[in-house]
Amino acid sequence: MERSQDGGNLSGVQHIILVLSGKGGVGKSTISTEIALALRHAGKKVGILDVDLCGPSIPRMLNAQSKDVHQCDSGWVPVYVDQEKSISLMSIGFLLEHPDDAVVWRGPKKNALIKQFASDVAWGDLDFLIVDTPPGTSDEHIATVDALRPFNPMGALLVTTPQAVSVGDVRRELTFCKKTGLRVIGIVENMSGYVCPHCTECTNIFSKGGGEELARLSGVPFLGCVPLDPLLSQSLEQGKDFVQEFPNSAAYPAISSIARQILDMASPRS
Amino acid sequence: MADVPINAPQHCPGTGSTEAGKSSACQGCPNQSICASGTMSGPDPAIEEIKEKLSSVKHKILVLSGKGGVGKSTFSAHLAHGLAQDESKEVALLDVDICGPSIPKMMGLEGEQVHQSGSGWSPVYVEDNLAVMSVGFLLSSPDDAVIWRGPKKNGMIKQFLRDVDWGEVDYLIIDTPPGTSDEHLSVVQYLSVAGIDGAVIITTPQEVSLQDVRKEINFCHKVKLPIIGVVENMSGFICPKCKNESQIFPPTTGGAEKMCTDLNVSLLGKVPLDPNIGKSCDTGKSFFSEIPDSPATLSYRTIIQRIQDYCEKKKVTCFS
Repeated sequence: MERSQDGGNLSGVQHIILVLSGKGGVGKSTISTEIALALRHAGKKVGILDVDLCGPSIPRMLNAQSKDVHQCDSGWVPVYVDQEKSISLMSIGFLLEHPDDAVVWRGPKKNALIKQFASDVAWGDLDFLIVDTPPGTSDEHIATVDALRPFNPMGALLVTTPQAVSVGDVRRELTFCKKTGLRVIGIVENMSGYVCPHCTECTNIFSKGGGEELARLSGVPFLGCVPLDPLLSQSLEQGKDFVQEFPNSAAYPAISSIARQILDMASPRS
Repeated sequence: MADVPINAPQHCPGTGSTEAGKSSACQGCPNQSICASGTMSGPDPAIEEIKEKLSSVKHKILVLSGKGGVGKSTFSAHLAHGLAQDESKEVALLDVDICGPSIPKMMGLEGEQVHQSGSGWSPVYVEDNLAVMSVGFLLSSPDDAVIWRGPKKNGMIKQFLRDVDWGEVDYLIIDTPPGTSDEHLSVVQYLSVAGIDGAVIITTPQEVSLQDVRKEINFCHKVKLPIIGVVENMSGFICPKCKNESQIFPPTTGGAEKMCTDLNVSLLGKVPLDPNIGKSCDTGKSFFSEIPDSPATLSYRTIIQRIQDYCEKKKVTCFS
């Protein structure tokens, strides 16, 4: 009783997963979106909280950029992406008057909004809440981890691309997880390999294997490689459900395997 | 409110207001203590000191993008390499990405340390005429995470601008992290009197990236930072086997070209994806020497020439 009152709006959430990366543009929002869709297809209720305040990408990726957030007695009502209300979404993108408005905020203001996101969104009952973060190890990350700590998050999913420049930043993110006591669910290597649509030759544009190597060296699980797939970028651009539309594409097996591993890890706890 | 500085954080109550230095928007602002003290003695004295220090720097260029991973550091590093090929020019590269410094690795300077001299911190030299400074040089191990909130990052940036002994420099290139937050506001604020030639904005062709870049362009307008132009990176991929081109990040909304026309900024050029670029960044080498004939390298050269022309033509703007 005590707990649920303190717990407030997040008390109905079973598992909280943070998606992190030291590096920008490696596919945090893409992976967050696709994992959410894959978990939805497995019959789970999923929420996505986008704490990237300066560059929110999730609304567009789920074709919800024109929707608004409403108020109710228990706080903000998240935006529902589908009729069945199986994916709910909260992002600063919904609070801006104009989509091109720049959010020129320093840390303390960002922290205040993240705290509000953590306490005032009426998620209801969710199997998974996926928290998509901006690159780095700074205000947003400290604020998010602090705000979610009472709810005992399941852990962090680290996303990297294969090249050394990106893996270097993700090593720093691992240190961040260690210092803040956040469990690492595993590492995902995104954009590994591109199959030419003309001759089916596979080119490793951003090299290959960096994420797997890092997982091995630091002793955390490696969840898989997601290849570069123009069908994937295209469906994200148009806000389509990739998991439903392109089950035969190159990236699909990788995404569904990552989702399955997350479900397996989550099941003993529930 | 006329007393709100042009580059103040959003919701700044104004320097003359009774709330000055006390409202939530003031937290983290470098002028907070001055405003709160009520003396209104003017801006941070560091801004003048920085002007003094950087008076020996002819041109200052900011490399920006709202989106991460689009190639800001790759571009900054190779803009520096490209400009430094002219041996009569002195080039400096400053990395203000405090949480994810990539420049040391790309310049092949991992593990280097900064030395203290009488006139400040000595930067690390790649060539005789190419100096580099990054928070990466101050960390003891590549695993070290810089878990800092805004005010600490601002302090570091102030030190980088005020205390690094660059000497006589023709071009100072400043590589930034993604976004429109502390680091960006601080650089613009601290350089408000010293002046910035302009910003180069990097994007990739797809809308998910462009929507963040539009925000960055709005940021530049807000703080009155001139925009030199936009570079579209990762624009098309030429298969090394069959030589056919395909779009990995499809420009579903017309790419950077359309955005530039819509927002009336100039497009400096498009750089195709080339796996060798990633490789030479990982090994810390310049692809001007590694792959001199690649279409990507040629495109880089044109863009660098345009930036040079812009700087030489334009007088440095002060926008305080």
